[in-house]
Formats: sequence, structure tokens, C-alpha cells
Amino acid sequence: MGLALMAVIWLITLASTYFFVAKTWWLPVGAAEAAGFIDHQFALTFVIMGVVFLAAQLSLGYFAWKYRDHPGAAPVKYSHGNNRLEIMWTVLTTILFVGLNLMGGPVWASQRWDPPAADSVQVEVTGMQFAWYFRYPGPDGKYGATSPKLMDPSAGGEAAIGLSSSDAAAKDDVVTGTMYLPVNREVDLSLRAVDVIHSFFIPSLRFKQDAVPGLNIHMHIKPTAIGEYEILCAELCGLGHYKMHGVVHVVSQEDFDKWLAAREAEKQ
Amino acid sequence: MVAMENPHGHAPQGFIRKYIFSLDHKVIGIQYFFLALTAVWVGMFLSLLMRIHLLWPSAVIPLMGEIKPETYLSLLTMHGTIMVFFVLTTAPQGGFGNYFLPIQIGAPDMAFPVLNMLSFWTTFVAFIVMLAAFFVTGGAPLHGWTGYPPLSAVQSAGPGEGLGADLWVTSIAIFCIASLMGALNFITTTLDLRAKGMTLMRMPLTVWSWFITAILGLLAFGVLLSAGILLLMDRNIGTSFYVPLVVVNGQIMGHKGGSPLLWQHLFWFFGHPEVYIAILPGMGVASQVLSTFSRKPIFGYKAMVYAMLAIGFFGFMVWGHHMFMSGMSPYSAFTFSILTMCIGVPSAIKTFNWLGTMYKARIRFQTPMLYAIGFVSLFVSGGLSGPFLAQPVLDIQLHDTYFVVGHFHLIMGVAAIFGMFAATYYWFPKMFGRMMNETWGRIHFFLTLAGTYAIFMPMHYLGMAGGTRRYSDYREVKYLATLIPLHQFMTYAAIITIGAQFIFMINLFWSMFRGPKASDNPWEATTLEWTTATPPPHDNFAGVTPVVYHGPYEYGVPGAAKDYVMQTDPVGVSAH
Repeated sequence: MGLALMAVIWLITLASTYFFVAKTWWLPVGAAEAAGFIDHQFALTFVIMGVVFLAAQLSLGYFAWKYRDHPGAAPVKYSHGNNRLEIMWTVLTTILFVGLNLMGGPVWASQRWDPPAADSVQVEVTGMQFAWYFRYPGPDGKYGATSPKLMDPSAGGEAAIGLSSSDAAAKDDVVTGTMYLPVNREVDLSLRAVDVIHSFFIPSLRFKQDAVPGLNIHMHIKPTAIGEYEILCAELCGLGHYKMHGVVHVVSQEDFDKWLAAREAEKQ
Repeated sequence: MVAMENPHGHAPQGFIRKYIFSLDHKVIGIQYFFLALTAVWVGMFLSLLMRIHLLWPSAVIPLMGEIKPETYLSLLTMHGTIMVFFVLTTAPQGGFGNYFLPIQIGAPDMAFPVLNMLSFWTTFVAFIVMLAAFFVTGGAPLHGWTGYPPLSAVQSAGPGEGLGADLWVTSIAIFCIASLMGALNFITTTLDLRAKGMTLMRMPLTVWSWFITAILGLLAFGVLLSAGILLLMDRNIGTSFYVPLVVVNGQIMGHKGGSPLLWQHLFWFFGHPEVYIAILPGMGVASQVLSTFSRKPIFGYKAMVYAMLAIGFFGFMVWGHHMFMSGMSPYSAFTFSILTMCIGVPSAIKTFNWLGTMYKARIRFQTPMLYAIGFVSLFVSGGLSGPFLAQPVLDIQLHDTYFVVGHFHLIMGVAAIFGMFAATYYWFPKMFGRMMNETWGRIHFFLTLAGTYAIFMPMHYLGMAGGTRRYSDYREVKYLATLIPLHQFMTYAAIITIGAQFIFMINLFWSMFRGPKASDNPWEATTLEWTTATPPPHDNFAGVTPVVYHGPYEYGVPGAAKDYVMQTDPVGVSAH
């Protein structure tokens, strides 16, 4: 029985580890500035936890076989434990776990504490059942007023987020259902939700943040590779949760300007 | 010690007082056990429907028809709620704790037998109210077991958010009241009713785990109860605790100024300790069984006690790690993450000590031991994904993906259930007077171990690849569609694993009536429940109050007559 148990535990352990090490399924290719650090930290955590995982599981299986009760087995080593060992593994685990955690501080801070760069692109993201809307403030750099009274989700676009036509700052606001961002420029995101909590998740940009009714959450990211990336809703928001997705097009500055100008022209 | 006149000298004779509204902690323990057993089959059936829907979205289920997206969300909401409250909280504590805590400390019953009966029947009512949500107009709620407002607070936010959601909140509130009554009883019993010589540091680790779990329950369920009442008020009488001004389907709701994050703080202030409420009793049972079947004292008894106390203590300071992406201050995220890493330390200590217990032992491989070893393996696997999720920078990618689902299922789901299986196979002889079948027990173990790993390990791969949770269909998003083979594998594994549970059920019921008669101490164990008759008499020790001379795990004592020394044996070892 000890042998069977060892075989099964070892097999499960090695098979599980294989798919991690072979990266059969892994983080999607990163296309934002933070991806470098996050992926590195993920890999480092993975190596450390992987070693502990292998050591613990393999010795668990080995002990089960080695110390099984059988006629020739050695007598039990009567012991109530060892305080020096207890202290040693307490201290080691503490250093390892807390140290690993402290390493992530700077990147967390850069995305969420520090203000965005002065020349960043402003985009407001609004989540509602079950769509994302993106608003660009236009040449005046100011978002126009919105009003809950004007919100009409069935109409889409400006009407969905309740953009007020009487506000001068709203005249040049562009509202779209597809997101465009220039590459290698910081984006100052402003996240809102009108009905329930949604979560703005772009796996390739290593970005996720809940959009919460009543809050306007600022966050910044910097896409670093041109391409199309999928946007998902990560927070359960109702029956159409699984359908609440979109696309972000990361394009060159030139293409971005062209695209935005075309949207402005459409609006006039 | 409270001098108690033993009111349990005479066993009640009528069927109703003996088996239905019983005051006997053993009967109540068995009632909790069967309630949880019913609930686990309901919860498991819901998960089976979910897995089938993910693979065959247009499959027609008999009596239900095709599962719609909102039905899928109701299934996952009810699966989570039923499993967390009526299985993971009910069986280890209400079931085994109720039955064995008084016996293991040498008491005739719980301190408050009437309260004990009330807490069971209140739990029962909560379960009925929860199930009723399936049958009302609109069906069961779809807001997930975490019930985040505004989704859970606004009736028009989705199907099931009407009466179904009211029943859901009400059931949880009732459950909280039951758990508070139970917690008081456990704490008082442990502090006041210990037999002579049963010092705190001679208590079996199971007793320690139930005791600490009860303290957690006392502090956590009160908060959830309040939170639930506020949610009911937001839903029905127009208050705005959790809901700001929101526009749902173009309609302005009448709320103003509430905070959706308030619910999250209150919920997780309960929710994180709840994880330990589910797993601590499993740790206790694993320690008890590992020591017994290794024929060796538990390695580092005191360290185990302190580790459990530390887990209980830190358990109340880490709730914010569920909220890194919620819009909570990023500064507090940093603090919560450091504290979360700290809670990994006592968990690691426990693992080291379990391995230390098996080191240079003589391990007997009866089914309870297999499950205890399985518990350790799952605890390690589920635990090690914790330090990923505890780092806010990694949580950016992993939050609300299947990585989290895999993590908590392995550790608080399956590991806790392995603790319950270990407890069932271990204490069945004492509870029902007969032995369970070993061969079928082993087959059940190997199928369940391999099966649960096959279900939950791939969830980590899925999550890393960006697989979001709580999606009823993965064909909508391109890259999610490429991950469907993993879902296929998991669904097949789930079907096989669920099938294997019939082996357990047959073994359980067959052995209850047909198993070979059990002796008083079939595992040659040392704690007090093995000193009394099988099954124990109404007052547990037939009028004799046991006196305790030793710690709980005196196995392999050099120079002793046998390889174990009972806690009540006046001679044997130098005191521990």
C-alpha cells in the first residue's frame, strides 16, 4: 500500500509539474510595460513554489513507502519534535514569503500610486450590462458632463453613457465601442460603471481593475507592442457576463491620431 | 470547572426525543453529518450540471431543459453557497465536532444541550430556505456565493435577483444565527467541561481545532449576519448601505450614496476566517490520524497548537487580499498582502510537522490514514498557489480567473473534504458500532485522489492563460475558445470522480447495517473516545468520569507494555 501511494503521489506531482515547466499553458504574450516585471515575478514565484511543491510531495510519497509498517521495519523513533527545527523552518519561510512579496512593491506602486505621465492619453472606460464604452476627451482635453437621466443603454454610444449635449466640453468627446491606444505612450485610464460592478481585464496588457458604480478609478498602463488584444469582464455582472468583451487596438501614434480625427469628423 | 449535575443520566425513550429533537450531542452530531451529506450531493449535482453545460452548452437536461446562461450562474451561486455553508462549515464542526469534542475531553455532553439542538434545527431551516430559492419565480440568484452588490441588491439586475435572492440572504442570516449558537456551545464546553487531568496542552489536536474554529465562528458570523441584514434592507426597504446612484437597464434606481465596497469588506471579514473554519477541523483530524497510524507522537504538538492559534489570529487580518482589484486603496493592498504572506508561515509549519510525524514511523495504511496523507498532499498543492495570489502584482493577472478557483477548491474544498473522509473512516466504528469495508475504502480513496487532482490542477493552467471564471460559455472569446480541451478534460474527470462517490455511499450504508462489529478501540488509539464502549452510552462514559494522565499521542513509548499508552492509563510515560 505504501508503494502504491508513493507511485500515485509521485505520478500526480510529476504530471502536474510537467505542464507548468513545459509551459503548455502559460501567461499570454505580454504587450505592456508592466509585463516584463510581472512575468518575471510570476516565474520566480513559480520556481520557488515549484521546488517546495516537489520537495514536499516527493518526500510525502517517499515517507509513505519507506516508513510503512512491515515485519522487518525499524522501531518507531519516539520523539515529540525538535524546537530548533521548528524555529529554523519558521524563520526561513517568513523570510522567503515576505521577501517575495516586498519585491512586487515598486511595480504595484508605479501602476496605482504614482500619477500618470504628463503627456499621457486620456481614456474613460465605462462598464454597463453588458458592454464597454470608451470615451476620448477630444482636443479640449476635458470630459464633458454625463447625466444618469440621459442614459439609454439600448441606444449605445454617447446616449448609453448619458453624455450631455448642453455641456460645451462634451461637444468634442468621442465615445466608441472599440478601444484604440497609441503604442509606447502612457494611458491615463478612468474607470466607471453605471449599474453593477464590472472588471476591466486585458490579459495581454497585464491589466485588471474593477469598475465600481459610484467610484471613478484612475489607473495607468503603457502598451508596448502594436496589435489587437482582447478585453474581458472579469467580475460577475449578470447573465451576459460571458459576452461582455471587446478589443483594444494598439496602433502607432500616427494611426491613432488618424483614427481619432476620423471619429471627430464623424461627430461634426 | 463548573460543577454540573448530570442531566443526562437517563436516556430519553420516545422516538422523537431520542432521534429527532434529541439533546444528545452524539445524535445531534449524526444529524449534522447527514444534513451535510445531503447538502454535498446537492452541491455536487449542481457542479455536474455546470461541467456538462460548459462542454455541451445546448445539451437538454431531463426536467430542466437547456441550461441558459442565467441558469448556469444560479447553479454556480447555489453550488458555492451550499458547499461553503452546509458542507464545509456543517460537517467538520457541527458533525464530528459535536459528536467527539465532549467525548475527547471526557464530558457527558455539550455545556448547553438545548442550545445544541436549537442550533442544528436552525441550520436545518436555513438549508430548506436555501433550497426554496430554486422553486420561486425567477429561480435561484445569479450573483455568485460572494453576492456583490449592486448586482445582489437591485432586484432588476438579473433573473433570480427577486425572491430567490431574498431567500438566499435570509438563509445565510439564519445559518449565521445557528453557527453563533454552536460556537458559544463549543467554546464553553471546551473551557468548562474538561475531565480531571485534561489540561489544555493535553487536548487532542482535533479538540484544539474545533475550539479555535468556534472562536473564529463567533467573531465572523456576527459580522456576516449584520451584513446580510443590511443587504436585505437595501433590497426591500430602499436603504442605500451598499448601493450608490445606479442606472440599471436605463432606469435610475432609488439608491444614493451607498458603497459597494462596504459589502466586500464585511463579507470578506467573515469570508476569510470562513476558509479556516472549513480547513482547521481537517488539520485537527489529519494530525490525529497521522499520529495514530504512524504509531508515533505528533511531531511538535505545541508548535501545532501555536500554528493553529496563529492561523486563527492572522485569519482576521487578511480579508483585503480578496479585494486587490476592487478599487480599495492600493496602500492597504500592500499591507494585506504582507499579512497574507505571514499566514503562510504557520501553514508551512504544520506541513513540516506532518512530514516529521511520518519520518521514522511505522505507518499502517488503513483508509483513514490514506485520507490523512491525501489531505496533506492537497493542502500542500492548494497552499502553494496562495503566495501567487497574495502578491498584488500577480493578482492583476490571476484575480477572478480559474487559477483562484483551482486554488480554493484544492485547499478549502477538496482538502477539507479529505479531512471529512478521514474523519468518517476513522470514527465510523465508534459512531455506528461497525467497521467500514477496507478494500472499497481504498478504491474510493485512489479514485478520489487522482480524480480531484485531475479536476482542479488544470484550473491553474486555465487561469494562467487568462481563463476567466463564472463564464457560462467560452466560445465567445477567441483565446478562451482555444482552452476548451482543458475544460473537456476537467468535465470527464468530474464525471468519473462523482461516480466514484457512489462507492463511498454504498460502503457507508452497507457497513452501517452489515459491517463487521467494531471493538472499542479498533485502531489502537489513545484518546478518550476509544476508552468507552462502541457506540458510547448516553452519557458517554456510563457514569464514570475519566481521569487523564497523559498527552493525546503517546505512541511507540519506549519501555511501555504496548506500543501506545491511553490518555487514561495511570502508568506509562513520564508526563507530557
